[in-house]
Amino acid sequence: MSEKEIKNLEEIFEAKIARDEKIEPKDWMPEKYRQTHIRQISQHAHSEIVGMLPEGNWITRAPSLRRKVALLAKVQDEAGHGLYLYSACETLGVSRDELYEQLHTGKAKYSSIFNYPTLTWADMGAIGWLVDGAAIINQVPLCNTSFGPYARAMVRVCKEESFHQRQGYEIMLTLCNGTPEQKEMAQDALNRWWWPSLMMLGPTDDESVHTAQSMKWKLKRKTNDELRQQFIDQTVPQADILGITIPDPDLKWNEETGHYDFGPIDWDEFWQVVKGHGPCNKERIAARVNAWNNGEWVRDAAMAYAEKQENKKVSKAS
Amino acid sequence: MNIKQQDSRLRGNYILGIADNSLILGQRLGELCGHGPSLETDIAITNMSLDLLGQVRSYYQYVAQLSGEDKTEDDIAFLRLEREYKNVLLVEQPNTDFGYVITRQYFFDVFHLLLMQELQNSKDETLSAIAKKGIKEVSYHKRFSGDWVKRLGDGTEESHNRIQNAINDLWSYTNELFEMTEADQQAAEAGIGVDVSKLKEKYYNEITELLNEATLEVPETKYFHKGGKHGVHTEHMGYILADLQYMQRTYPGMKW
Repeated sequence: MSEKEIKNLEEIFEAKIARDEKIEPKDWMPEKYRQTHIRQISQHAHSEIVGMLPEGNWITRAPSLRRKVALLAKVQDEAGHGLYLYSACETLGVSRDELYEQLHTGKAKYSSIFNYPTLTWADMGAIGWLVDGAAIINQVPLCNTSFGPYARAMVRVCKEESFHQRQGYEIMLTLCNGTPEQKEMAQDALNRWWWPSLMMLGPTDDESVHTAQSMKWKLKRKTNDELRQQFIDQTVPQADILGITIPDPDLKWNEETGHYDFGPIDWDEFWQVVKGHGPCNKERIAARVNAWNNGEWVRDAAMAYAEKQENKKVSKAS
Repeated sequence: MNIKQQDSRLRGNYILGIADNSLILGQRLGELCGHGPSLETDIAITNMSLDLLGQVRSYYQYVAQLSGEDKTEDDIAFLRLEREYKNVLLVEQPNTDFGYVITRQYFFDVFHLLLMQELQNSKDETLSAIAKKGIKEVSYHKRFSGDWVKRLGDGTEESHNRIQNAINDLWSYTNELFEMTEADQQAAEAGIGVDVSKLKEKYYNEITELLNEATLEVPETKYFHKGGKHGVHTEHMGYILADLQYMQRTYPGMKW
């Protein structure tokens, strides 16, 4: 293809995005667009399946049958999200196996929040309330992103995430209306999950390398700092209703800006976890790698069996 | 104790003999969530766990109601002593590998479906309703586990050997499914329960047929384990309950 032809295609492509039309897998797209989307969508898919682990940690110990069933269903939803995000990613010409490989070797990232441990039942509440809450803020704008399969997957993901968030908040509410021990458990969970949740919205704008390009492709509609502020403004009143305290002595309402001011985020901790040195990075990846390796003979068997069945059909037909 | 109380107690005991199987198997499957060999099998296994636990809730709510005491489904699920759980030994066997998971499931599902098909004729309307709803779910479970027995049996040499091992190991736990306890006997006589001893022939015929199709061998052992139905479990059970009961035991009397 000549340079002129490529330029022409690029113009058509950019105009489509500007008109808010979707880019579909078979449409021409710049290589950078493809790579950026593979990176982001797979990162999102990986986050879903790694995210199953911290909550999966409490399935066998959930305190009531109702909670056990709800938690199982929630973690199963995450597997479902992973499934359709991997599928969306595959439309860009990369296989699920390749994406797993990237996760297992550490080449691909996933949300750092899942590298924190779930130590008490209240963590199931805090994760739903805060982690899913922050995820929704990140993800709702993606329902209108330019790449069709991703946008459509996100519509369903967001609906389910919003249900998860309410479920998490309801766990917190039950704890906060319970005994002093339960309320203390809820406070402790908030203390541990608050700052990592703020970090989920990504590095500050001046440190964020992908923002400008992502805004142009509608992979992003607001900057990290704007999203973080939105999350804080929305969450503080919810903590007030619960009657527990956000662990930030600098947190206060600012009449002038109409937003909450908040204290400094420990970005050293953020980068430490991102670089693989958080409390559970090794365990999480090991769990995924084990599941994959231990499942290899099962997947091989399924392939071999399918092949045998296919051969039987062929020999019957002939 | 008057006749009505006696009847309620009988029904309660009978139901626990069915429901505890679903609880313990549901718990075992719950351990696997997030660790399956593929996302699809992970989702399917979680689904079965959810179905089983859903059934458990219906049963236990009914048992709580029958008890006439101020009990909840959770009291029954979480606050009994090990000896008071009446599940068969098969369902408490560990998730050794996917071959064991599938074999345990298939051995249970075939029985479970036969049981539900009979239980839907129970004179007890609640039990009959639970069974009717369960038939759909359990049919799916059996299809899933049966299909996987075939895939693993007639897949690769490794998968064949692995599932044959699981079959050889778990076979000795199948016979207990057909043991009639006193509660079973009384419930069957009253037209509430199922005479499971009558399901035995069908069960082994069906399993034999599928194992043959899957190129697997039916073990020849004549030695079987039992005890679970009387609350005498394997060493695994204490650990299952340690997890299951952890919160309720650590924080007694709280609402969650």
